[in-house]
Amino acid sequence: MLWNTLLLALRAIRRNLMRSFLTVLGIVIGVAAVITMVTLGNGATKSVSDQISSMGSNMLIVMPGQRFGPGSEGAPSFKSADVDAVRNQITAVERVAPMVNKTVTAVYQAKNWSTVAYGTSNDYFQAGNWELAGGRTFNETEERAGKAVCVIGETVRNKLFGRQNPVGSEIRIKQFACEVVGLLKSKGQSAMGSDQDDIVVMPLRTVQRRITGSQDINRLTVSVKDSASIDAAKKQLTLLMRERRKISDNEEDDFRVMDTRQIAETLTSTTKILTMLLGAVAAVSLLVGGIGIMNIMLVSVTERTREIGIRLAIGALEREVLLQFLIEAVVLSSLGGLVGIALATGASVILARLMSIPYLFDLGINLLSFLFSAAIGVIFGFFPARRAAGLNPIDALRHE
Amino acid sequence: MSDEPLILLSGITKTYGDGQAAFQALKGIDLAIQSGDFVAIMGHSGSGKSTTMNILGCLDTPTSGSYQFLGVHVEQMSRNQRALLRRNYLGFIFQGFNLLSRTTALENVELPLIYRGEPVAARHHMARAALEQVGLRDWENHTPAELSGGQQQRVAIARAIVTRPVVLLADEPTGNLDTRTSREIMELITTFNREHGITVLMVTHEPDMAAYAGRVISFVDGRVENDSRNGEAS
Repeated sequence: MLWNTLLLALRAIRRNLMRSFLTVLGIVIGVAAVITMVTLGNGATKSVSDQISSMGSNMLIVMPGQRFGPGSEGAPSFKSADVDAVRNQITAVERVAPMVNKTVTAVYQAKNWSTVAYGTSNDYFQAGNWELAGGRTFNETEERAGKAVCVIGETVRNKLFGRQNPVGSEIRIKQFACEVVGLLKSKGQSAMGSDQDDIVVMPLRTVQRRITGSQDINRLTVSVKDSASIDAAKKQLTLLMRERRKISDNEEDDFRVMDTRQIAETLTSTTKILTMLLGAVAAVSLLVGGIGIMNIMLVSVTERTREIGIRLAIGALEREVLLQFLIEAVVLSSLGGLVGIALATGASVILARLMSIPYLFDLGINLLSFLFSAAIGVIFGFFPARRAAGLNPIDALRHE
Repeated sequence: MSDEPLILLSGITKTYGDGQAAFQALKGIDLAIQSGDFVAIMGHSGSGKSTTMNILGCLDTPTSGSYQFLGVHVEQMSRNQRALLRRNYLGFIFQGFNLLSRTTALENVELPLIYRGEPVAARHHMARAALEQVGLRDWENHTPAELSGGQQQRVAIARAIVTRPVVLLADEPTGNLDTRTSREIMELITTFNREHGITVLMVTHEPDMAAYAGRVISFVDGRVENDSRNGEAS
């Protein structure tokens, strides 16, 4: 009976190709949209959290002024003495990397590239989770004497040296030649969207003397021993800085302490909200696909009811008719679901590459949308049939 | 011909709706039909002839009364038992043909055989033979839309007789056809009655068509008004 009914179901699908195609299409669109949206959302979230972990965890960033960019100019910069004070007076602190940065043009042979020169100490590499792809970091003599040496990021290497090994070569920055001693491993885009690899790192003294010409420090990157003490460290750091910068009790801070965890949380929650939003939009398309299927099924109810009447009249059992319709619905929905999954996988892989985010296969959403579409197909394909198959054959035959 | 009737109806009534709006379509039908008979059921619309036909064909159930088919009480049967009765003993022809659309003639004729679980080879053979008998051997791959009304009705007849039913029930089989085609269809039905001994019950309102039958039963107002053998005085 099952084999014969399968035959009848397949014949019914074949002779109503247009209806079958539209049913499948509705499911394909819904399933593909939901899976693609959620997969891309997950990829974006993953990409953001990767970038956040590449920033380094348990990190505090201290900057003069209350905000990024404009408005920070008025507040005084930090000095070397501030760095020592933080290092010596706050117990939870592991490393403190001072930093001064300035946009410069780096020249190698006939090529030049506008990049940012960072003056800092070796601590910066550890605190910022940087690894070396080749060469070395600075030695003590170079740091103390402010020698013309640098460690360059992948983007700078690429622009000036192409695929060549830059270590040992000299690049020109402003009026001085600077020996490349190390190459950093690529970190990619930052969570804010800037290129983290577009840097030339030099000892603090080198930049202060040869580029900025002042003793100012723009920023302190502070790494804390463990994440449990990060709040305490933040408080102590704030108090210390207020004291050193002689801020009276009724005045506001003229500097800002950010912690990477906080940034991470903000960014992650933002992308999560975006994923949910995309998911909701996609769910609407699944619903619209479902309504499309419902329409197709309801429009064909009259024809199908008569068909059921014919089948009953020539001796089909009610359960044979039902089984046939169930098989039809399951075959069409599954086909639509599978095509939808295939389409979504293709689209997600391509879009993820275009957006340079990772492609993450999410079994849950694949299963969920497949089951949802199957349910829609079965509900709208099978339940009208169940009603019709329960009629007296003559009523089904006469259905208008 | 044995004296045991093939079909025996006694006191069949059918009421549609209930309460004030109730309408009694059949007001007590007693009828005996012998095996091998060709019976025409006549009457105006609303006379109850089609309702009787549907009850005889197990497409509808009576409100009260008893219906014996080969001595078995049909009114006590379950839905599935009635479906099996239709599958194994009855064949239907309708005014509107009721073929599956977009389905070839061969597949339409095969349909009852599939429900009977005939193997593929036997199914094809029987269906082709039935199409041959109605003169449509060369049309087996055509869908109803590609066939004329008369051809569609022939396909329907092939579908009805392919299982060699005991009874062929025809509800206004020529109602949608012109006179010439109607005669052809009636001759075909008569052939199956005479040569294969299939009992034919046919509803019609055309005296010309009823003339092919051996027995004519006239319905008026939900009752049998007249029951006569053709050739006898009515």
